[in-house]
Amino acid sequence: MVIDHQKTDFMESVLTWISENQQIIYIVILMIFVGIEVIGRVPSVLHTPLMSGANAIHGVVIIGAIIVMGKAETHNYLALILGFFAVILGTLNVVGGFVVTDRMLEMFKKKK
Amino acid sequence: MSEYILTLCYLIASVTFILGLKMLSNPLAARRGNLVAAFGMTIAIFGTIFLYEENGVKLGNYAWIFGGLLVGTVAGALSAKKVKMTAMPEMVSLFNGMGGACAALISAAEFYHIYEAHKATPEMAFADIISVGTYITIAAGAIIGTISYTGSIIAWGKLNGRVKDYSFKGQHIVNMIVLVLVILCAVWAYQSTIATIYLPFLLIGFFAFVYGALFVMPIGGADMPVVISLLNSFTGVAAACGGFLYNNKAMLTGGILVGAAGTLLTILMCKAMNRSLTNVLIGSFGGGNKNKAASGETKAQGNFKEISLADAAMVMAYANKVIIVPGYGLAVAQAQHICHELEKILNDKGVEVIYAIHPVAGRMPGHMNVLLAEADVSYEKLMEMEHANDEFKTTDVVLILGANDVVNPAAKNDPSSPIYGMPILEVEQAKTVIVNKRSMKPGYAGIENDLFFQPKTSMLFGDAKKVLQDLCAEVKNV
Repeated sequence: MVIDHQKTDFMESVLTWISENQQIIYIVILMIFVGIEVIGRVPSVLHTPLMSGANAIHGVVIIGAIIVMGKAETHNYLALILGFFAVILGTLNVVGGFVVTDRMLEMFKKKK
Repeated sequence: MSEYILTLCYLIASVTFILGLKMLSNPLAARRGNLVAAFGMTIAIFGTIFLYEENGVKLGNYAWIFGGLLVGTVAGALSAKKVKMTAMPEMVSLFNGMGGACAALISAAEFYHIYEAHKATPEMAFADIISVGTYITIAAGAIIGTISYTGSIIAWGKLNGRVKDYSFKGQHIVNMIVLVLVILCAVWAYQSTIATIYLPFLLIGFFAFVYGALFVMPIGGADMPVVISLLNSFTGVAAACGGFLYNNKAMLTGGILVGAAGTLLTILMCKAMNRSLTNVLIGSFGGGNKNKAASGETKAQGNFKEISLADAAMVMAYANKVIIVPGYGLAVAQAQHICHELEKILNDKGVEVIYAIHPVAGRMPGHMNVLLAEADVSYEKLMEMEHANDEFKTTDVVLILGANDVVNPAAKNDPSSPIYGMPILEVEQAKTVIVNKRSMKPGYAGIENDLFFQPKTSMLFGDAKKVLQDLCAEVKNV
């Protein structure tokens, strides 16, 4: 009986979680389709720049790093250092990613 | 008020990400697309710094934040500006690893945050503090981010030759076991109390770290672009986990978008090489096939013939049509400009010159187009593989510049070859084939090329740039 009870508890918590986060779940599902649709017809020449551009876009994780950093208490050094490294790494991803992509694509422009 | 503006910032960012990605898949709009996405990213970053608030409290530690941004921007921009065109894929891999590590650190910081907040009640179970859903997103961010980090670092090392292919018998089983251990530790951590959470948490990190390395280790260097693309989509998912955690729509859309697009791109890249993703991941270029390649080597060695510069120049100058097949050798030697020079000289002599571009020639798809465009070769002269294969029949001379696997007939004829099934440039249909290589060493896939031993093929050894310079001079004198 105890196990049954736990089971229904678990099911319930999963269901509540889904209904609490339904907005996010909708976004996730729609974005999966958008992501697939948007690059569906990319010519193979652009595979690498596209990969590199997408690489820069997931650098948006920097926002999380900034939040972690900004929330850390000023005397908690472990949290500060974790956040600081996260910000550096995230920035590297964003800035490096966009610059490298731009350099690749620069070569594609038609010269007269 | 500021919170509404921030929502708007994130909305703009999300739209620019979608638009940017869309434009990136169109040759004419690609560069603008990249800038559009970068613009949205900037808005999201500064919006977060100045407008984000939690329970009415704004973010602090501005000195640390701007310090980190400054260090990251300078280091990122400098390394991205300085990297050579040939080393671009490994640079992308490195940046991808940084993003993965960032996602993992965020999860670690969240764990630590929860730990700090409940330090006073060490007997409290982790499961009672946060819901399963929240826990899974934090743990997934940590695990996927870490795997992406080590995987990308190994991929980077493989591309620049620092890490060699390494596989052992039963590696796939070991990989599976490590992955299961990661998940078991994650379950264990959830059941632990605040006082004992340290150990399982560190073990999650450790096993994920090891798994990332084991996952990429056996995959051959030639398949690295595919692997990087896959790891790229992993990092996207890890970033989306962070978005879930902070209920941040920009992170969520950006992350999932890249996760989905990256996965599709990975599959498209595999298709361009006519291989399946499983085939790549199991590593058909790795371990077992090395032996086959070695036996092929002994079989095929011997009868290749060399051609002198003067003869090569003569053959080309009197040809009607010459097709140039550029490969990685051209890229390493930075010979694209002198190659264009040769094309012009031949044109002046009334020879038609076109370039046949294999989709995966070089180290990344599109590599050759980029290089030749840099040297002012006009776009119309670059011919894609399908069209080029029709042209070879009526071609007098094919000049292969440092390309190998993409012209290897084994891909068509030899089912036991690791590259069997990959579409190739069928150069052997032309009347004469001249191959410029530095030596008889096999190409990136590590296999012998029968083309070099065929009667109509002659070898012109040397660095592509040097050989082309001499060839130009000789052709002028004909």
